[in-house]
Amino acid sequence: MIDYGKILNSKVTDIKPSGIRKFFDIAEQMKDVVSLGVGEPDFPTPWHIRSEAIKALEKGRTRYTSNQGLLKMREEIAALTKRKYNLSYNPQTEILVSIGGSEAIDGVIRAVVSAGDEVIIPQPSYVCYEPITVLAGGTPVIIETKAENEFRITPEELKKAITPKTKLLILPYPCNPTGAIMRKCDLEAIAEVLKDTNILILSDEIYSELTFGTEKHVSIAEIDGMWERTVVVNGFSKAYSMTGWRLGYAMGPEEIIKQVTKIHQFSIMCAPTISQYAAVEALINGDDDIAEMREEYDMRRRIIVDGFNKLGLTCREPLGAFYAFPSIESTGLSSDEFCEKLLYSKGVAIVPGTAFGKGGEGFVRASYCYSIDHIKIALERIGEFLKELK
Amino acid sequence: MNVKLLKLLAKNARYSINELAVMLGIDEQTVENEINEMENNGLIKGYKGVIDWEKLDTGAVSAIIELKVSPQADHGFEEIAKRVMTYKEVESVYLMSGGYDLCVVVRGKSFQQVAMFVAKELSTIDAVNSTATHFILRRYKELDIALCDGDYDDRGSISL
Repeated sequence: MIDYGKILNSKVTDIKPSGIRKFFDIAEQMKDVVSLGVGEPDFPTPWHIRSEAIKALEKGRTRYTSNQGLLKMREEIAALTKRKYNLSYNPQTEILVSIGGSEAIDGVIRAVVSAGDEVIIPQPSYVCYEPITVLAGGTPVIIETKAENEFRITPEELKKAITPKTKLLILPYPCNPTGAIMRKCDLEAIAEVLKDTNILILSDEIYSELTFGTEKHVSIAEIDGMWERTVVVNGFSKAYSMTGWRLGYAMGPEEIIKQVTKIHQFSIMCAPTISQYAAVEALINGDDDIAEMREEYDMRRRIIVDGFNKLGLTCREPLGAFYAFPSIESTGLSSDEFCEKLLYSKGVAIVPGTAFGKGGEGFVRASYCYSIDHIKIALERIGEFLKELK
Repeated sequence: MNVKLLKLLAKNARYSINELAVMLGIDEQTVENEINEMENNGLIKGYKGVIDWEKLDTGAVSAIIELKVSPQADHGFEEIAKRVMTYKEVESVYLMSGGYDLCVVVRGKSFQQVAMFVAKELSTIDAVNSTATHFILRRYKELDIALCDGDYDDRGSISL
């Protein structure tokens, strides 16, 4: 008989499935759940973008594109990046179209990290960086960002985390789940630490278009001297409400992108062709859609933050992404307990902060990718839950 | 004038003053003042519910009536439109481009009543040359609100 234990790669089997998987399964099976749990927009993809995909299908644009992605798409990515962030990338050599931002993250980490290399990962943050680093043979070095620093990483924390083995710094801002952003001055302080090192930055800016208040998103690649040591990852999922289209991209120095493209070429071939044609339309004519959705998110953001604070769950103002990250410390419950009890007693699904790293203890993530009415109902139920706790 | 506030009210006139203030990031007194001002100067004309009357099964019907009219000297279409809008059965009156002049939305207790209203009241107005009555059979969407089962959320409960 075959011994799967000997077949399987221990690096893979050692990755623990998320501790809250069970909780997820329960939520999915329960009826009448009022969820604030998903990490994707509720808006359908704008019609003019969907319409371009239909046209591409009708015209039979159903074959592979070049490995790097349609040149037209890369040109439009370059144009958008220039007009929004004043960053220049050569569409021929410095941009790779990937399957969502996720594949670009995987590709960059694999292209850079060898056995024993250290990758600095701020947490709480999205869950993919750590396992991908481990699969590549690297060692994750976690910086636990602090609520009092608004979950930004500080130059002191970064200095402490750097060793001679450090290869890569992950910069996941605007941040899922904390809603934190790094302002220009924050990035300059980080740049100061990095400038004389040989450390590369993987800046995951998938939520860049969802930056609120008076702040505008700034990429670390815009800071003096950082372009040469930064790979920016972005995509279409969040900004254009295109999660299911699976389309993202990496932009960076040719030396890096060339190697990431090799990995992409052998494991993926190319990103979905029809999605790419739709994305060209999004890049050319989608700015208004983004603005409109952002305005709607902004209203929801204010309602949910105000709602949590009124309920006595301290909630800082998240300046990016589409999550509120209130503290539940006042309840005396752990994040896991809070979410599980809330789900069972009131049918409200939110995500414990610990799903995003140990530093998320004492917090929960509530997505506001829901209508105002939906958010109000969820807040009401959370209010009832808190009363019953007392 | 606060366009963002107007947009919110147009979407849902029942947001509380507090909710509006929170969403707009301004204080409640300001919201109240701005609404009062826009009501007073006629920018905000009123607030109405969107009701799915079909659910009540009263037999009430609505029709869209196309009117072709002879414009009056001096007043153009204005006079005739104002005459038409005085009937309580008339919900809306619009001046149209294209094949006819006035579009009149009429609501009545039954097909018969609406038909008789058109025959006895609208057609007999001197300036009205002809009418065409189109009964509304089903409402799918009204003022941005779906009245039929629309799309559903297929996202599941939780994703990271």
